[in-house]
Amino acid sequence: MTTTEVPPITPEPQRRSRYKRNEISVTPWLFLIPAMLFFLVYVILPIFQSFNLSAYQWDGLGEKEYVGLSNYKELWDDPAFYTSLKNNLIWLVLYLLAIPAGLFIALFLNQTVTGIRIYKSLFFFPFVISQVVVGLVFTWFYDPTFGLLNSILGVVGLGPVNVLGDPTYVTYGIIAAGLWPQTAYCMILYLTGLNAVDPEQVEAARLDGAKGWKMLWYVIVPQLKPATFIAFVVTIVGALRSFDLISIMTNGGPFGESRVLSFYMFEVALSEYGFRMGYGAAIAVVLFLIMLCFIAYFLYSMYKEERGH
Amino acid sequence: MRFTYRASIAALSTVAVVAGGSLSASAQDLTGDLKIFLDTSNPAPRATMESAIAKFGEMNPDLNIETTIIDREAYKTQIRNFLTANSPDVANWYAANRMKPYVEAGLFEDVSDLWAEPEIAENLASTKGAMTIDGKQWGVPYTYYQWGIYYRKDIFDELGLSEPTNWEEEKANCAKIVESGRACYAIGSKFLWTAGGWFDYLNLRTNGFDFHMDLANGDVSWEDDRVRATFANWRELIDMGGFLENHQSYSWQEALPFMVQGDAASYLIGNFAVAPLREAGLSDDQLDFYQFPAINPDVALAEDAPTDTFHIPSGASNKENAKAFLRFMVSPDIQTQINAGDALGQLPINAKSAVDDDKFLNEGFTMLSSNSPGGVAQFFDRDFPAEMAKVAMEGLQEFMVRPDNLDAILARLEKARGRIYK
Repeated sequence: MTTTEVPPITPEPQRRSRYKRNEISVTPWLFLIPAMLFFLVYVILPIFQSFNLSAYQWDGLGEKEYVGLSNYKELWDDPAFYTSLKNNLIWLVLYLLAIPAGLFIALFLNQTVTGIRIYKSLFFFPFVISQVVVGLVFTWFYDPTFGLLNSILGVVGLGPVNVLGDPTYVTYGIIAAGLWPQTAYCMILYLTGLNAVDPEQVEAARLDGAKGWKMLWYVIVPQLKPATFIAFVVTIVGALRSFDLISIMTNGGPFGESRVLSFYMFEVALSEYGFRMGYGAAIAVVLFLIMLCFIAYFLYSMYKEERGH
Repeated sequence: MRFTYRASIAALSTVAVVAGGSLSASAQDLTGDLKIFLDTSNPAPRATMESAIAKFGEMNPDLNIETTIIDREAYKTQIRNFLTANSPDVANWYAANRMKPYVEAGLFEDVSDLWAEPEIAENLASTKGAMTIDGKQWGVPYTYYQWGIYYRKDIFDELGLSEPTNWEEEKANCAKIVESGRACYAIGSKFLWTAGGWFDYLNLRTNGFDFHMDLANGDVSWEDDRVRATFANWRELIDMGGFLENHQSYSWQEALPFMVQGDAASYLIGNFAVAPLREAGLSDDQLDFYQFPAINPDVALAEDAPTDTFHIPSGASNKENAKAFLRFMVSPDIQTQINAGDALGQLPINAKSAVDDDKFLNEGFTMLSSNSPGGVAQFFDRDFPAEMAKVAMEGLQEFMVRPDNLDAILARLEKARGRIYK
C-alpha cells in the first residue's frame, strides 16, 4: 500500500497530523462508519445473499445445488404464491384505512374535556399491547362457537360466521384485527400533528367563513402533511410485515388462504416442514422488489423535501 | 418402516450373558460431560425425563449432565440450528422419514453398533425398521403410542350403539349420532396434521399398508383411482355431517371440549389425548377406545403408532457418554418407568418392559401386538417427506371443508409429487 511509505519530512509549521488536517471532512465519516458497517453486514449483504440463494435448491442442511431461475419458474405457476400476493395487495390497500380512521379519532380526542388524557390513553392502548395478544383477542372474538361476534350476530338473527375458517373472509378478518392497533398508532401521530396546527390560520379561515369539511380539508389536513407522510410510511411497512397476526390467528389457514408473502416465505423455508431455502429466498426477492417500489417513493419524497428547504 | 412386535427369541440364552456383561460395564463410572436437549416441555413428560436423567446421574456421580428442555413446537425449527452448530450430545426426535433430512445431511451419528449389541438387538427388534435408513440405524426409540378412535361410551350406550367392526356399522353409528344432534368425530385441523391421521387410517383400511407406503414413497400417483376410493370413503362421512363443524379453526386441544361436553361422540387421535380428557373430568366409564374398523375386508388391518426417538448428533463431543445414556434409556426398567401411566402414559419399546396397567395402554398394546397384521406405520407427517406432508395435509384440510375441490387438490398434490421425489 502506498500510504505505508514514509512520507517526506514536512517543514515545521505544517507538522499537524493527517487527521488534524482533514478533521472537518473525516469526522462525519468516522461517526458514520459503525452504522454503515452494521447496515452493510445485516441489511445490504443479506439482500445479495438472498438473490444468490434464490438460484439454488437447498434444504438448509446439505449441499446446495445450482438451479438457475427454476425457483422463479416454479413461483410463476404456484397458486399458493398468487394467493399470498393477492392477500398482500388486499393488506396494503385496506391497511391504509388506519390513516383516515386515526385522523378522525385524533380530531375527536383533540379537545379539552376533563379526563381527556384517560380517553386518549384508552384509545392508544391497543398499540401498546403485543400483536400476539391482539391476535388472540380477535381469535376468541371470532370463535365460531363461543365467540362474541357470533353471539352478537345471533341476537340480530344472522347465522354464525366462521370468519377465520372461511377462505373468503379470513384475510379481511385478520386485517380488521390489525387495524385496531394501527389506527391507534396513526391517531397518536395525528394528535401530535394537531398540536402543531397554527391557530392563527384556523382563526383566519374561520373569519373567511370556512367550517366543517372545508375547514378540515383545506386548512387542517394540509398542515398535517408531515404526520400524514409518517402515518403512510408506518402503515405501508406494517401491512408488508403482517406476519405475527397471521401466524397467531390462522397459521396461514384455512388451507393456506390467509398467507401473505412473508408468511409463505417463512413456511417454505423455516417452518416445521419447510426445507426449501432457495424457494423461500425467491419469495423474499419478490417481496423485496415490491417493498423497493415503496422505499424508492419514500426516499424520493424525503429527498424532495430536503431540497425544498 | 414396517415392524412387528414379535421379538425373536432365537439364540437369546447364548447372548444374554454377554449382554448383561456389556451393559453393566458401560453404564458405570462415566466421567466428563453430557449435554442433553429435549422437547418434552409439557409438565408430565418433563418431570418424567428429569427424573430418569437424575437416576442416570446417580449411577454416574462423576458425570456432569446438563439438560436443556425446549418448547415442543419451537424445538422443531431449532433442531436445524443446534445440530449444525453447537450440538448437544443427545437430542430427541421422531422416527422414520421425519429423521431423514438430518440423516442425509450427516447430522445424526450412525449408532448401528448399539443395535448390534444383543441387549438392544433382541429387545428392540420391533422398532428397528423405523430407525433404519440405508441399512444403518440412526438412533434409538424411547416410546410409542397407539392411534385409534376414543369415544364417549355413555353417549354410545344412550343411543344403543356398540363398537363398530366394519365400515357399514361405523357409518350406521355415525348416522344415529348425527341424528341425535351431535357430531360423530371431534377434530381440530388448524395445524393440519390431525387430518393426516384420518387420511392414514382411511387409506390403510381402503388400500392397505403396502399401498400407503408406496404413496408415501412417491411411487403411486395421487390421481390414482385407489386414492380416489379413499377420498370417496372419507366423503361419505363428510357429507353425513360426521365431523365437527369449523374444525379448521381449532387445534386438537381446542376440539377436546366438544367431546367432553358431549357435542361430539368420538375422536380419532393418539393416546396422548387421554390425559387431557381425563383431566377435563371424563371417567374411564365414560371414555373408551376402539380400533379403527375395517373398510375393505381384503385388506389386513394396519395401524399408526408414532415412535419418539433419541439421537446422537454427529457433532457431539461426548459420544461414548451419549451411547451409555441411550443404552440406559432403552433398558427394560427405565422403559417401564418412563412409559408408566403417571409418567409419559405411553407404550415401552423394550420387549422385556411391562406395560402399565392402564385401560388404554393395555388396549393399545394388545391391538398393536396382536391385531395389526398389516404392519405399523409411523404417522402421515413422519412417513411422507416433510415437503410432501405439508402440501398434502393442506390439501386434506381443504378436502374436509370443500370436498368438491377434490380434483384440483389431487392435481396439485400430483404436481408436488413430481417435484419432491426425484
